[in-house]
Amino acid sequence: MDLKEKLISSFWGLDNGIEVDDYINDMRGDAIKIFEASGFPSKKQEAWKYTSLNTLVKRDYALESPSETSIDFNLVKKYFLHDLDSYAIVFIDGKYSAHLSKTTHDGMDICLLSAALTKPKFKAVIENYFNKAASNDSLASLNTAFASEGAFVHIPKHKAVEKPIQIIHFSTGSNAAMLLQPRNLIIADENAHVQIIERHQSFTNHPVFTNSVTEIFGDKRSVIDYYKVQNDFEEASLIDHTFIKQEKDSNCSVHTFSFGGKLIRNNLNFTQNGEHINSTLKGITIIGNKQHVDHSTMVNHNAPNCESHQDYKGIFGDQATGVFNGRILVDQVAQKTNAFQANNNILLSDNATINTKPQLEIFADDVKCSHGCTIGQLDEDALFYMRSRGIPKKEAQALLTYAFANNVLETVKIPELKQRINKLIANKLGVNIGFHL
Amino acid sequence: MLKIKDLHASIDDKDILRGINLEINAGEVHAIMGPNGSGKSTLASVISGHEDYDVSQGSIELEGESLEDLSAEERAHKGVFLSFQYPVEIPGVSVTNFVKTAINESRKGRGLEDMPANEMLQKIREKSELLKIDRKFLSRSLNDGFSGGEKKRNEIFQMAMLEPKLAILDETDSGLDIDALRIVADGVNTLKNKENAVIVITHYQRLLEYIVPDFVHVLYNGRIVKSGGKELALELEAKGYDWIKSDVIA
Repeated sequence: MDLKEKLISSFWGLDNGIEVDDYINDMRGDAIKIFEASGFPSKKQEAWKYTSLNTLVKRDYALESPSETSIDFNLVKKYFLHDLDSYAIVFIDGKYSAHLSKTTHDGMDICLLSAALTKPKFKAVIENYFNKAASNDSLASLNTAFASEGAFVHIPKHKAVEKPIQIIHFSTGSNAAMLLQPRNLIIADENAHVQIIERHQSFTNHPVFTNSVTEIFGDKRSVIDYYKVQNDFEEASLIDHTFIKQEKDSNCSVHTFSFGGKLIRNNLNFTQNGEHINSTLKGITIIGNKQHVDHSTMVNHNAPNCESHQDYKGIFGDQATGVFNGRILVDQVAQKTNAFQANNNILLSDNATINTKPQLEIFADDVKCSHGCTIGQLDEDALFYMRSRGIPKKEAQALLTYAFANNVLETVKIPELKQRINKLIANKLGVNIGFHL
Repeated sequence: MLKIKDLHASIDDKDILRGINLEINAGEVHAIMGPNGSGKSTLASVISGHEDYDVSQGSIELEGESLEDLSAEERAHKGVFLSFQYPVEIPGVSVTNFVKTAINESRKGRGLEDMPANEMLQKIREKSELLKIDRKFLSRSLNDGFSGGEKKRNEIFQMAMLEPKLAILDETDSGLDIDALRIVADGVNTLKNKENAVIVITHYQRLLEYIVPDFVHVLYNGRIVKSGGKELALELEAKGYDWIKSDVIA
């Protein structure tokens, strides 16, 4: 039985102990039908031309989590920003880990999606928001069909969350291969402020395939900063779908740091539904070996006087491959749109590949849209300059790479996170640089 | 200190240096002059270990040790410094961070510990004052958006921080106004002592009024065709290079 059939048949026998009402059950039924009709995407589809899921979906995966695992915090501490006071919502093999988490219902809800899906007091919120931003493509639908657990964050009007929220999905490898489908729902009401750090992490190098969906809603004047840290083992693959719906005067940024994994696909989809919205999409990718990272972004400008800024840097070594597919859609009514997109890449080896494609579709006549992509090598003159000052080749390359990626880090608002990313970059480049940018 | 014997070098199969002989002792200042395309910058690059140049013949020794198999960074660790004609802009790396990294990597190369932070700070303060460099300037990205004069002053600042044995100044005077020229020359003169040596590469006599050479060499067509004292620079300034060229042909 192939993976698609296995998923469909297991859907009907699904019993994860989370009882939902008919509203959700009907939605799931519709979703599995979409997946059944369309299946896993293939390279024949334009959006998947450069990213093949063939080897991923050929494998057999466990779909049910093993019984709850408890892990000593000290063993997994390194995956947290532990020097930072924060809320934490932690899952191990898809199951909530109460002792690693720090949730709250005090003046806001930072808790579990399973709770929100089952408790009557969240019924209205779920009906207003759940699956209202996600698209109905096959993989997002597959997630919806099985969606039962993940993070649920609801920040009420005028509330600024005083510390960041860490959402961490761990996988243990106690099942040989595992398919995980976390589902996060983030809602910031009017003028609410929230910062979130999300991470998917394996404990050992085992095949895990994560098909994750996150829906984010930013109401009027809300400020949301979302950071994705992707630094998993070589056997871990992640398909991330993040859908953001923004209302008038809101501000939302998503930073994606992709430093490790077998195959990573980031579908990042912004929809602007009011005037004076600001959307920021930034990313740094540093990969080697045969790793593959694909960023497919989409910004829907549906109202006048809005901005979007995209800045993605990629550094590819060995036989690594990268994809950047950046779509900007400016509706006829979205006059005075200011949309900016940049994708700059450095290839460190002759066998590394990047496919980059900006796609601008503009139906308004008074807009400012710019895009640019570059593919190059590290500047040889700069390397010689640095080496002539006594900086060894490897460190010089690392320093230049740092410098290349620097401006993406400028907008990271959590200093501890910035420092961690700096360290991850240094580790990734195999150097110990004695300073932070 | 520096002994160059019958040095031949080429780039992309094009011969540039065709038999350079040059000996420099500690405490000396040598000026290398010559028309465009004569090989001055190539000589500087080859001494510094630029990998694009192919040394086919001859040798370069620093304090009796051959530089042949040493990389650019290893040569820097031995005390070779090149002030670039066109310093490279590196956005995203501040002057201070760059200089700190360069000093500590050089120390590491010599088997020394990192320079203690307070000593580094003291040194940065002292040397930036010497070159009349504003403190704010030090936190800017290296050479990024610097004027020509600022770039050159920053080169000499780095030289002051690294304290090389052999400093090669490649057209440090180009792009400098007279005030900046004086500051740079004062800086070089202050750093000069009996233990180190300086090679000044220039087109014009102007810089040599401030940094007075012990010897002047004229490079033409990849060879040193004439050497003399500081008067030679004045003669070149007055007569141009044509008489040298015709001398060589004759």
